[in-house]
Amino acid sequence: MIKQEFNRIDPKRRNIVAHKKKQFAESAYEKQEYPHRLNLYELPPTADITLEDFEKWAIDRLRILAELEACSFRNKTPSETAEHIKPLLLKYLPLSPNSSAPSSVAWRDPKLQQERQKDHYSHFILRLAFSSTEDLRRRFARIETALFKLRFQNDDTRERQDFVRSLDFNWETVGDEEKKALATNLRSATPGLKKEELEEGGWFKVDFETVPELVEQRRVFLKAGKAYVPVREQMSMVLAGFTERLDKGLELTSRALPRLDEDDRLTPILTHLSKNFATPDAHISDSDSSLPGAPINASSIDLLSQHFPLCMRNLHLTLRKNDHLKHFGRLQYTLFLKGIGLNLEDALIFWRASFKRKTDDEFNKEYKYNVRHSYGDVGGDATRRGRGYSPFSCQKILTEHPPGSNEAHGCPYRHFSPDNLVALLQATGVNDRDVLCGVREDVAEDKKRYHIACNRVFEYAHKAELRKVKEEGTWPASELDTIVHPNTYFKRSYLLKNGGKVGVEESGRGDEMEM
Amino acid sequence: MPHAVPMTTSPQKEDDDSSLPDAPTPPSDESQGKTEIDKSNNGKTDIKLEDLFNDDDDDEYDDGEETPSSEVMGRELKSSPPMKPLEIAPTAKYSDPEIMLAFYQRLFPFRYLYQWLNHSMKPSKDFGHREFAFTLQNDVYLRYQSFPSSDLLRKDVLRLNPSRFEIGPVYTANPSDRKILRKSTAFRPMEKELVFDIDLTDYDEIRTCCNKANICHKCWSFVTMAIKIVDAALRDDFGFQHIMWVYSGRRGAHAWISDKRARTMDDHRRRALAGYLEVIKGGAQSGKKVNPKRTYNGDLHPHLARSLDLLKGHFQTDILEGQDPWSDNDKAERLLKLLPDKALNDALRKKWDSAPGRSSASKWADIDTLAKTGASKTLDGRALLEAKQDVVLEYTYPRLDVEVSKKQIHLLKSPFVIHPGTGRVCVPIDLRRLERFDPLGVPTVTELLGEIDAWDSASKKPERDEKSKKLQDYEKTSLKPYVDYFRAHVASILKEEKGVKREREDGDPMEF
Repeated sequence: MIKQEFNRIDPKRRNIVAHKKKQFAESAYEKQEYPHRLNLYELPPTADITLEDFEKWAIDRLRILAELEACSFRNKTPSETAEHIKPLLLKYLPLSPNSSAPSSVAWRDPKLQQERQKDHYSHFILRLAFSSTEDLRRRFARIETALFKLRFQNDDTRERQDFVRSLDFNWETVGDEEKKALATNLRSATPGLKKEELEEGGWFKVDFETVPELVEQRRVFLKAGKAYVPVREQMSMVLAGFTERLDKGLELTSRALPRLDEDDRLTPILTHLSKNFATPDAHISDSDSSLPGAPINASSIDLLSQHFPLCMRNLHLTLRKNDHLKHFGRLQYTLFLKGIGLNLEDALIFWRASFKRKTDDEFNKEYKYNVRHSYGDVGGDATRRGRGYSPFSCQKILTEHPPGSNEAHGCPYRHFSPDNLVALLQATGVNDRDVLCGVREDVAEDKKRYHIACNRVFEYAHKAELRKVKEEGTWPASELDTIVHPNTYFKRSYLLKNGGKVGVEESGRGDEMEM
Repeated sequence: MPHAVPMTTSPQKEDDDSSLPDAPTPPSDESQGKTEIDKSNNGKTDIKLEDLFNDDDDDEYDDGEETPSSEVMGRELKSSPPMKPLEIAPTAKYSDPEIMLAFYQRLFPFRYLYQWLNHSMKPSKDFGHREFAFTLQNDVYLRYQSFPSSDLLRKDVLRLNPSRFEIGPVYTANPSDRKILRKSTAFRPMEKELVFDIDLTDYDEIRTCCNKANICHKCWSFVTMAIKIVDAALRDDFGFQHIMWVYSGRRGAHAWISDKRARTMDDHRRRALAGYLEVIKGGAQSGKKVNPKRTYNGDLHPHLARSLDLLKGHFQTDILEGQDPWSDNDKAERLLKLLPDKALNDALRKKWDSAPGRSSASKWADIDTLAKTGASKTLDGRALLEAKQDVVLEYTYPRLDVEVSKKQIHLLKSPFVIHPGTGRVCVPIDLRRLERFDPLGVPTVTELLGEIDAWDSASKKPERDEKSKKLQDYEKTSLKPYVDYFRAHVASILKEEKGVKREREDGDPMEF
């Protein structure tokens, strides 16, 4: 890869090769070689491949990416994810280390080269497929980065060092004197640092923009715009480099995309690929959560709130207590209510009545618009706004916008202290000691299994009904999966308590709801 | 996550005037052409949901001095201000359109604002592609206004006479052209000052003197502390130099960082920076809100150690004495919840129950006293020390509205506009005199206009020489030191940018 770059002719000096010689000169786009297992994907592939390989390689990679994304939705820890992905990677997208080849050929081993070529090409094919919209680009970049990270972590230490050395990053090393002068700061800024690491390990001095993750978590010492990074945090920097290059590359690809139209063999394949990867969020459908025939209107919310998951229950209780919710709370709750089938008209009635202490004028001026906007009734481009936003998934509630002071949104399992959580559970009728104990364990710092806690409470609250449907076999297995969306919680709870049945035609849509 | 979907539809609240049902119909005869209210939307910018929603209910302008808006719009405005005396009664309301207009005409420092945002005297994209958003007197909100020069900005401000206006990012193209661009990606934010927002309502759970929109000198000390901490981190850790703090007009402060490096940061990096500064996390029910990482020997990150040093003194004077947050024993439970040792807590509770009304300072001292007497056999001294450090941070560390800092696209009220609720000018805060800054002493618009009149009538009688007539209006008022400070701040930015530009031009002489 690096060698290739060397061979390439600088565009400005292209004419140094005499015109006549040029036609006999070796092609600059010769076959690429892959001395390293990892690849920053800086150079696009140039060799020919068959249309069949084109599609097959892309689909294989897509499979991996989809799995990776699913892992992140299910809140799996990095080690669980790695465990889950490992066999799949071996099957669809193997990348063996140099050490696996006979030492006589080392990285030139044809098998290794083939694997690496597939990795390289499939990446670029998917780039083409996923660069069309901002949304796809962002998702693609995020999952590709996750994949790269996974591989980087699992790489052989020596080979990883070789790889890093081959990269052309601008990292300044910190001199011994400076290191000594800053020793105290370096130590206290870098939790978990060992003594040897401080004294003997190398330190880099880079612009703080290079290591946003370390800065965000306050895991690095900063001075005058420079971040002092110990060698072992290299990964963070390599990752940042990877993401940066990928983002730029995607942006460029998207601009070049219209010209691809000329090739009518590729476009259908690419479209097909990107469709399979479409944002599930955009396709949330009514049948996922709405309950035909259920009396869902402004005045029934109080009654229905017994079927709400704890996050929504808490919002409802807070709303009733304060006659008010702060804006992320309103947003989370409005979208949830929309998801259970409350129509806009009723939603406006509900909110108007709930904000008792506001005058009509205040309500109309400050709140009404937001509710209407959540429903896609106003704002934005009429042709594009669709039906407004989708109800938040657990994933979103858990990871985005943690509640600030006096805010009630978020996930109680995650954002409450254990004592307050238990108090809220008891207030909502969960008094079983074993369940409360289990919940405490689930949400503990070292477990962080918030889904499990919520599902535990669900199972407790619907024990009898669940047993019944299981015995009778009236519910398909997919409807008994872990709940990962507040609206799923409501729907199941409502159906269980009202003896309703889950239509088979809906069961396949579970996945779409998860977003 | 697939739900991290960027909004392809851009929810701009101004775009649908039906959203403001009680607003009068927009001005008709005056506002033709490009400043017409956007009725349709192009949906081109990548506006996120949270940006739309972040004009929270606890809006700064919630006490609504509703102004009659009808006459404002029809006014004939000359581009050069008439210099007749203003004859404004001191009792006049500050939100009165005439007063606003006089303020813009005579006092608002358009020229320095232009230089501040443009980073140069010469017209450039930094200003020309910058978004301004006006809130008109009838609460109609106009976004995506842009102006090639300070004169044209001034002209439009005088024409529309907004009750306030906000500053957004520099876009890749002129915001007024955004609808004729072919591709949606061609219009996106490119640069913006890094901004911070501190608002005293975020302190409501720990301040005892006031709540909601009210402030007093006691609770202003929270803002003073916050400014010190954030400013130190921005300068020492991140190496920024051109930082300006601005009083937000009622109960908070904004920071604007104009360093080139800060301006060009993308959202990802902004988020990282905001995360670095954010220490107090958690909602109403989270319990302990400060849980910083420590090294194996209990050291805090240098930023937190420095902050703690800066805050210790404030904690003693401004919190324990000023706020006295745990004087009631009920309230003291909050403190006990943050301490780690149960036996010690029981001993403290017993002691405080027998002496109701014991001051917070004494209670704070009791913790150590009782710990030393061995009230608890299980006591872990280090855990207690760390818990106490966390308490100090929880009660003093800045509570930033970090969402504001995370997005380039976020609009923030311009310096020097009038806060519609208080009539005070959003003046810059001179850090050299930070401790003496008095939010309640900031001049209001009516006072300032009165000062001009007073000056003019005083100077008219003894028929001064030519020179004194050349005084600008702001120089006749108590706004002068603030404008001077702003001018000096702008000058230092211009000086640096000039150097940078020259470097860039001289960089590669061979490159054509």
